[in-house]
Amino acid sequence: MKKLSSAQVNAFNMTTRELSCKLREIVADGSERIEIHNTCGQRYIGTGLGAVQLDIYGTPGNDLGAFMDGAEITVHGNAQDGCGNTMNAGKIIIHGNAGDTLGLSARDGKVFVKGNVGYRTGIHMKEYHAQKPVIIIGGTAQDFFGEYMAGGILVLLGLNLQEGERQKANFIGTGMHGGVIYVRGKVEDFQLGKELGTADLNEEDYDALGKIVNEFASYFGHDAQEILKCKFTKLYPLYLRPYGKLYAY
Amino acid sequence: MKTYLPPKFIIERDQYRCTQCQACVSQCSFDANYYDAEDDEVRSREENCVGCHRCVVFCPTNAITVRENPSSYRRNESWTHEAIEDIIKQSETGGMLLTGMGTDKGYPIFWDHLLLNASQVTNPSIDPLREPMELTTYLGQKPDMVKLTSDSTDIETEITNQIKLDIPIMLTAMSYGAISLNTQESLARAATEAGTLWNTGEGGLHPSLRKYANNMVAQVASGRFGVHSEYLNMARVVEIKIGQGAKPGIGGHLPGEKVSLDVSATRMIPQGTDALSPAPQHDIYSIEDLSQLIYALKEATNYTKPISVKIAAVHNSAAIASGMVRAGADIIVLDGLRGSTGATPKIIRDNVGIPIELALAAVDERLRKEGIRNKASIVVAGGIRNSGDVTKAIALGADAVYIGTAALIALGCHVCQQCHTGKCAWGICTTNVGLTKRINPNIGTRRLTNLLNSWSLEIKDMLGGMGINAIESLRGNRLHLRGVGLSDTELKILGVRAAGS
Ligand code: SF4
Ligand code: SF4
Repeated sequence: MKKLSSAQVNAFNMTTRELSCKLREIVADGSERIEIHNTCGQRYIGTGLGAVQLDIYGTPGNDLGAFMDGAEITVHGNAQDGCGNTMNAGKIIIHGNAGDTLGLSARDGKVFVKGNVGYRTGIHMKEYHAQKPVIIIGGTAQDFFGEYMAGGILVLLGLNLQEGERQKANFIGTGMHGGVIYVRGKVEDFQLGKELGTADLNEEDYDALGKIVNEFASYFGHDAQEILKCKFTKLYPLYLRPYGKLYAY
Repeated sequence: MKTYLPPKFIIERDQYRCTQCQACVSQCSFDANYYDAEDDEVRSREENCVGCHRCVVFCPTNAITVRENPSSYRRNESWTHEAIEDIIKQSETGGMLLTGMGTDKGYPIFWDHLLLNASQVTNPSIDPLREPMELTTYLGQKPDMVKLTSDSTDIETEITNQIKLDIPIMLTAMSYGAISLNTQESLARAATEAGTLWNTGEGGLHPSLRKYANNMVAQVASGRFGVHSEYLNMARVVEIKIGQGAKPGIGGHLPGEKVSLDVSATRMIPQGTDALSPAPQHDIYSIEDLSQLIYALKEATNYTKPISVKIAAVHNSAAIASGMVRAGADIIVLDGLRGSTGATPKIIRDNVGIPIELALAAVDERLRKEGIRNKASIVVAGGIRNSGDVTKAIALGADAVYIGTAALIALGCHVCQQCHTGKCAWGICTTNVGLTKRINPNIGTRRLTNLLNSWSLEIKDMLGGMGINAIESLRGNRLHLRGVGLSDTELKILGVRAAGS
């Protein structure tokens, strides 16, 4: 494999703007891989950078990878809110937890979270032909997981739940009208939005899920087969047009 | 269920003139005219007629008259025809009443209570036919002060991202999907020719319109349809849509029937699914969040584009606008109560929001008081009907206006309020392939540039009459306005004196 030309940035005491200018500069100089150290709340890391590899140490701020177009970001820590906002292409791997609205309106790309996530994960994600965003969460999620979802794949593993303990999110998939959610372990009907149907996974589902879980396991040192042994539930939208009957013409 | 609704319109066909050519049959997309082969006669189903006048205009012998159904209920100030018929519709469907265009209610139109000044004796008027008149407008943040170079030949202060408009009139947000591609192309080309901007609405950019991107405002709304970094970077201005005057506080549902193959490719969602724009932007629950999205978009475009934020004019507009400017917006757009839309619940359209004139006056005043008026341009929309409204808006404090309905009327719209049905007989608000052909972009562009040109001439005439030779000198100059028939409170909010004082 060709070795990537790499650079390092010490983000200590840098403002968001200073860091983003610095990163743009480094990318313009031809670096394909950048390590960012002492990251502390700077926003929009990865936005507008194109296809570059970023390794972030410390805690990046909100909107990490917003409107991202092909970057590959690894966070060696936690991410905050709005991570992967309206993401178009690329990959975000988080070795910790992430905040609210992870992957909001994402159109493509992948997000892997080792730990837990906040509210409204994957809200209004979409898909179009081959552009199909994927988000997989190792831990648990808060309410409104997959709200308004219009496409893509969400996977919720709940690896940190006790045996038999149910998932924490309520109102899962409220307003969902596209895409699919796979939930591992127990999820009760009352936790689901009323627009959802539940089903067992078929071969195609296992195929798609297997690939995602394998990649997830490879980043965080899990055993994919062990994860896949447990029962999964498939959640899908019952209607393509959940609000089609609201109006009198 | 038998409907209790009477026909809204009566279609009269002068049998002496009618040649049974059936033009009205093919022109009516609402299925209100048909040919009875047995009797060899064109007839009407009046209950379907929406009064769009397509057949009237296209009847080669002028045989058709369409008029409001004159039959009336017992007179009642409370239970008007509309109140009764809305209930009938709802009792027959169980749904929210949906409608298109802007409110048709008689809320006060303050433009009609404001009068412009003219020079007489004490200062000369200017003749725009012989003297240069400047309508050029720059949108974007202006510096707090301007420093000249030591030899005074140039400006030392760095001026950021100014958008130069040849006329202070822009074409407002109308998405492909809500309107036809031919309509959008007409708007895009007209804006390009006239040196102003058009707006994608929230539907993304169709590849065939990329060549007009240099005059494009790229909208980013809650659905984020077709939003990607290329789209953002192609545009001249990026506009965050928070709200719209015709439906403040609610989102938009583009019905699946309108999501054709081509619309689906532009919005990047599967064909036939409803395109749902949620009510809020889900990453904006506060001014701080707005700021976060403004700067995310600035980052995504490397600080090369002004960011505009559009809200519906509501009770607290002035305070909200102040927050928007502080959040980093370079342009703020206020869309008033009379603003139009492709589809909105009627109850919201007709009952929510405030008139644009009051919102504009309040926002301009507030920003001036806070010393931040220069930090953002103000653009107003919602019910601008003619160049008089434009000129008054600018005197009241706007930098520029957006027009929507006026532009569509130039293209043929007869304000029949059926945009939400997707059947627009004028080929404007529809994605039906047969109907969209009714707009020819060459002719559409011409009609629009003609309109913009005539308004420009009129504005210059009004300016000249006031003794002003640049629109810049009228901006926020409320001394050029006087109010008639307004209460003291209204005059105070508008910041204008009563006529005669
Ligand atoms: S074309 Fe318009 S006005 Fe004429 S009958 Fe049809 S709906 Fe009525
Ligand atoms: S755009 Fe078409 S449907 Fe809408 S009001 Fe105008 S003529 Fe009627």
